[in-house]
Amino acid sequence: MSNFAQTFSSSLGKKLIMSLTGLFLCTFLVVHLIGNIQLFKDDGGQAFNAYSYFMTHFPPIKIISYLLYASIIIHAIYALVLTLNNKKARPIAYASYNGQANSPWTSRNMGILGTIILIFLVVHMSNFWAQYHWGDLPYAKYEVSLSNPSDVKVTPIPFNASVAEPAHADYVQGDRQVLVAKDLYKIVNESFQQWWYVALYVISMAAMSFHLIHGFRSAFQTLGWDNNKYVPLIRFLGVWVFGVLIPIGFAAMPLYFFFFK
Amino acid sequence: MSGNMNLTLKVWRQKNAEAKGKLVNYKADGISPDMSFLEMLDVVNEDLIKKSEDPIHFDHDCREGICGMCSLHINGRPHGPKHAVTTCQLHMRSFKDGDTIVIEPWRAAAFPVIKDLATNRAAFERIQQAGGFISVNTGGVPDANDIPIPKVIADEAFNSATCIGCGACVAACKNASAMLFVSAKVSQLALLPQGQPERYRRVQAMVAQMDAEGFGNCTNTGACEAECPKEISLTNIARMNRDYLTAKLFKEEEV
Amino acid sequence: MKLDAKIPEGPLAEKWSKQKFNLKLVNPANKRKYTVIVVGTGLAGASAAASLAELGYNVKAFCFQDSPRRAHSIAAQGGINAAKNYQNDGDSVYRLFYDTIKGGDYRSREANVYRLADVSVNIIDQCVAQGVPFAREYGGLLDNRSFGGSQVSRTFYARGQTGQQLLLGAYSALNRQINLGKVKMYTRHEMMDVVTIDGEAKGIITRDLVSGKIESHEGHAVLLCTGGYGNVFYLSTNAMGCNVTAAWKAHKKGAYFANPCFTQIHPTCIPVSGDHQSKLTLMSESLRNDGRVWAPKTVELAKKLQSGEIKGEDLKEEDRDYFLERKYPSFGNLVPRDVASRNAKDTVDEGRGVGSTGVAVFLDFADAINRLGEDAVRAKYGNLFDMYYQITDENPYKRPMRIYPAVHYTMGGLWVDYNLQTTIKGLYSLGECNFSDHGANRLGASALMQGLADGYFVIPYTVGDYLANIGPKPVDANHPAFAEAKKNVEERINKLLSLRGTKTVDDFHRDLGHIMWEYCGMARSEEGLIKAKGLIRQLREDFWKNAIVLGINEEMNHSLEKAGRVADFLELGELMVDDALNRKESCGGHFRVESQTEEGEALRDDENYSYVAAWEYQGDNQAEELHKEDLVFENVKLTQRSYK
Ligand SMILES: Cc1cc2nc3c(=O)[nH]c(=O)nc-3n(C[C@H](O)[C@H](O)[C@H](O)COP(=O)(O)OP(=O)(O)OC[C@H]3O[C@@H](n4cnc5c(N)ncnc54)[C@H](O)[C@@H]3O)c2cc1C
Ligand code: HEM
Ligand code: HEM
Ligand code: SF4
Ligand code: F3S
Ligand code: FES
Repeated sequence: MSNFAQTFSSSLGKKLIMSLTGLFLCTFLVVHLIGNIQLFKDDGGQAFNAYSYFMTHFPPIKIISYLLYASIIIHAIYALVLTLNNKKARPIAYASYNGQANSPWTSRNMGILGTIILIFLVVHMSNFWAQYHWGDLPYAKYEVSLSNPSDVKVTPIPFNASVAEPAHADYVQGDRQVLVAKDLYKIVNESFQQWWYVALYVISMAAMSFHLIHGFRSAFQTLGWDNNKYVPLIRFLGVWVFGVLIPIGFAAMPLYFFFFK
Repeated sequence: MSGNMNLTLKVWRQKNAEAKGKLVNYKADGISPDMSFLEMLDVVNEDLIKKSEDPIHFDHDCREGICGMCSLHINGRPHGPKHAVTTCQLHMRSFKDGDTIVIEPWRAAAFPVIKDLATNRAAFERIQQAGGFISVNTGGVPDANDIPIPKVIADEAFNSATCIGCGACVAACKNASAMLFVSAKVSQLALLPQGQPERYRRVQAMVAQMDAEGFGNCTNTGACEAECPKEISLTNIARMNRDYLTAKLFKEEEV
Repeated sequence: MKLDAKIPEGPLAEKWSKQKFNLKLVNPANKRKYTVIVVGTGLAGASAAASLAELGYNVKAFCFQDSPRRAHSIAAQGGINAAKNYQNDGDSVYRLFYDTIKGGDYRSREANVYRLADVSVNIIDQCVAQGVPFAREYGGLLDNRSFGGSQVSRTFYARGQTGQQLLLGAYSALNRQINLGKVKMYTRHEMMDVVTIDGEAKGIITRDLVSGKIESHEGHAVLLCTGGYGNVFYLSTNAMGCNVTAAWKAHKKGAYFANPCFTQIHPTCIPVSGDHQSKLTLMSESLRNDGRVWAPKTVELAKKLQSGEIKGEDLKEEDRDYFLERKYPSFGNLVPRDVASRNAKDTVDEGRGVGSTGVAVFLDFADAINRLGEDAVRAKYGNLFDMYYQITDENPYKRPMRIYPAVHYTMGGLWVDYNLQTTIKGLYSLGECNFSDHGANRLGASALMQGLADGYFVIPYTVGDYLANIGPKPVDANHPAFAEAKKNVEERINKLLSLRGTKTVDDFHRDLGHIMWEYCGMARSEEGLIKAKGLIRQLREDFWKNAIVLGINEEMNHSLEKAGRVADFLELGELMVDDALNRKESCGGHFRVESQTEEGEALRDDENYSYVAAWEYQGDNQAEELHKEDLVFENVKLTQRSYK
């Protein structure tokens, strides 16, 4: 076996992959959250739709997107492999096993938490991402006054199968900046009017919170980065940023649309 | 004697490696709180022997927490409910009159049961044989004080070296992973200047053997550290991860 | 047979280098044609096996635990001596030699002890090179402490677990050789007999403790490194599995047993708490550096302490008897182990013992805590205090500790010559298993030193000489001696397994222990010893009728293992009593009541007993024959010890 193959088939190598993909997903989360904050803007979705367009069409980001899909798949596959291996390592279970005496609940349930996240991702991506890429999306036309930015005229362009899709456009006409974009905002808004959808998101964000409270710190341990000098920082980030702030930020979106829109 | 306790034990009995085992109930009456857990089992065994029943087999030797031979999973925890002690150092005063105590062997594919509560931990031996040493022959070594070692480093190496090879880390880990043990062994020598020449060779050899033995993968749950009678720290695992990845990804020479 | 210790001629300091020159060497190309059997892989055995394998011999090594790392050497706490003089406080090879001879109360060989002191310095180098994490100073150099009342700081230590760290070092060297294929390691194997062909050791018979398989192993030489026999007392600080079986079987095959009654009793152990007690726990002797030993002045007060009516810390200063300080003003609490132990026992025998059993005295740190502060005491003794608290559930920072002496080490063992060869050719004995270096009493921190000296630095030379002489001809595995030895082992096992009496093996062991402790412990008298002899004989007979041994051979069978070991202890016990009877002097670790000064101190009798008593087995239930090896002192002057 080559050195490389050997490395990645070893237990530590597999863990390395888990941690790198996991951390990559974590950075994505930060970007995704910041981007999605545009949803809270009361501009009829203009900023959000513009952002969505940018994210799907700017080449470097596209490359990163592919990396991201690969990460999710690899992370999930390795999670499965590791979990199966670990089951095999203890073929006969204890009759009495007092896990809570020695380890946090989150750390013992990463697989389950991850699976919830996976289900979430499937639903989430088939709804928004697949829709955006291949779905029959309505468009929206935003005309923003250059002299008075708060003067916005929004014209929805509903999807009409018989008409050719309007092209994405971004130009200046007179004293107005005109943007014609896929109206993902609308899809989001509509989705989050269904209670079960909101529930799924909120539950998933709880799962993600637990996954990351353990996972973020764990990834650094796996990489061998545990210098006393910055371990407290990693713990802080893991718990407060990835365990609290980010999940709450995401969970706030469906709730916002459900209750306020 | 006053203060004595009556207990119910549920003990894993298994005739040999091939046989199927099961939990069997025993009464342990008149147990003094001053007894050690193993002395309590001695008392039960004496009774069994007098009734011509096969005594409960369990591993033990030093009975003072240093040889690492004793290995019981007691009420769901390796070495029982007390922190930082081995089974042989656990005293019955940690239990109450009327308690039911479930006693099982270490459970891991890599530690097959030999009989009852005794398991085969030869996997640990093979891991150490794979690289847990510094290759020096007897004689011809430099004077002991030729290599000064900063006290903090020496102390840290010592902390890692206190591992008694009991296997409680494997028993506690939900993945039956041997990372804490192996990393403690790797760390001791990785920290010391004497261990540097073989540092990267050693970690690769020992991890490869660990994997070959069928232990699980560490998911950093930390149960091992919490249950280790010698309080071996998770830092060792991080250190081993670091050394291993360094060896595999950044070392050019085939070390 | 005339005992010949084969001590080389010449000045003390040159004997070993001369001997090394005179010993024959094995041709390097021939080394791989030899197999050496090493029984026991504690400090002595692991170091020997590794060193021999490094030289190129094939080694087969055996231990009864599931790993060499678990040998009883692991339990040593205090430290290991070496004449490094790193502290510039006046130590030297000669001083270590002198202290060891004196500490042994002039009952050991000058030449052996000198060699031990001489190679002690190499041991430390070797261990450090292996990665043993000895304690260090901030400057990065090794730290030392004074140990067991020694005037110089020559003890190297690794917190409270020097034994474990040294053993892990030797074990790693052994592992390296296992990995290289030079050592074949047999764990969970018990040696059941030595095989001799024409009077030379050629192999052993073992029982696989998992499958019960009886196997024979042949080799060109056999090294017994099987540790001490302190467990003959049932309760001791030894591990549960420590046994005399290997040494005893060798003895029955012709190896003389030397000074069997020389036992060391350690003063600072945690006292027995009840009948259920299975072993005793030692607390490091270093406790006596700061702790003060005392007992209540009167029996009445002791009674109150025993019933729990009053507590130790409540007793007024004037009601306390600091008996060591009172009797030995110059050494005080730091008198040698035997003196401290005997005085504790005397106090208890007077009825002034403390604790619920009344079999203990106090070791008090109140003064030290006042003087140094609790934190300083914790820093020094924290782990020992924790251990004490763990076991007794009493807080030693608040209440004086209770201590009592316990059997700790056996100076006696298989007789060996200067080359560590027993009276059977090709059979060697190393470490605590032999009698060689500690005379009638062992200095603290010198057993680890001896085990490693034997294994790393002596045996590789001396066994080579023997091997060179016999030549690399393969040992004939089909020789009838193997089959016969195997048959005998099987017969004995069957005999044990047929015992279906009413008393458990532990009961017999406990009874034997009581007899030994009572009559052959710290203080012995002719009358008591004669009584003990009778009691042991009775007990032995009863054992072979009334013991219960369950199960079959072909399985893991602790019942059978224990029975075999106890059966051997029952034979050894009698020999110890015989030896104690013969030695009508007080010396070293033991006190013969017939031989004391007017002040009641031990009185050695150099005129009549300056010899090693080596016993030759004569057959079952036969009196053994005594052989004397006279001890010649050319370098040290014999003095009576005085700690007044
Ligand atoms: C609690 C305690 C503390 C001590 N502290 C110190 C100290 O601080 N300093 C010091 O110098 N000394 C100390 N000693 C003494 C010292 O530890 C021992 O004397 C020494 O370690 C013995 O080493 P060894 O190699 O001879 O035997 P051991 O380490 O006892 O090894 C015996 C080996 O023989 C094997 N064996 C035995 N019987 C058989 C058999 N029948 N078949 C196969 N294998 C067998 C065992 O498996 C084991 O591998 C202490 C002793 C005790 C009990
Ligand atoms: C696709 C579904 C997912 C599954 C099945 C899953 C499962 C797992 C499992 C079993 C682990 C191992 C536990 C451990 O090593 O600590 C793990 C670790 C981790 N996961 Fe996930 N996970 C999923 C999604 C995610 C997502 C979306 C993120 C980030 C946003 C993430 C971040 C992490 C991190 C950072 C780790 C720690 C890696 C390490 O310890 O080295 N996971 N995951
Ligand atoms: C709850 C609030 C969330 C909202 C409103 C939201 C919204 C969206 C939308 C609209 C898209 C499609 C647009 C695009 O492709 O850029 C998208 C894509 C995606 N979302 Fe979310 N998301 C949320 C939370 C999450 C979470 C928590 C995760 C991860 C665990 C996640 C992972 C993804 C992924 C992986 C994509 C595809 C990204 C790409 O193609 O680059 N989303 N999200
Ligand atoms: S790391 Fe701890 S639990 Fe694991 S073997 Fe070592 S001492 Fe036992
Ligand atoms: S409990 Fe197991 S998962 Fe890792 S941190 Fe310890 S080995
Ligand atoms: S019996 Fe030795 S550690 Fe428990």
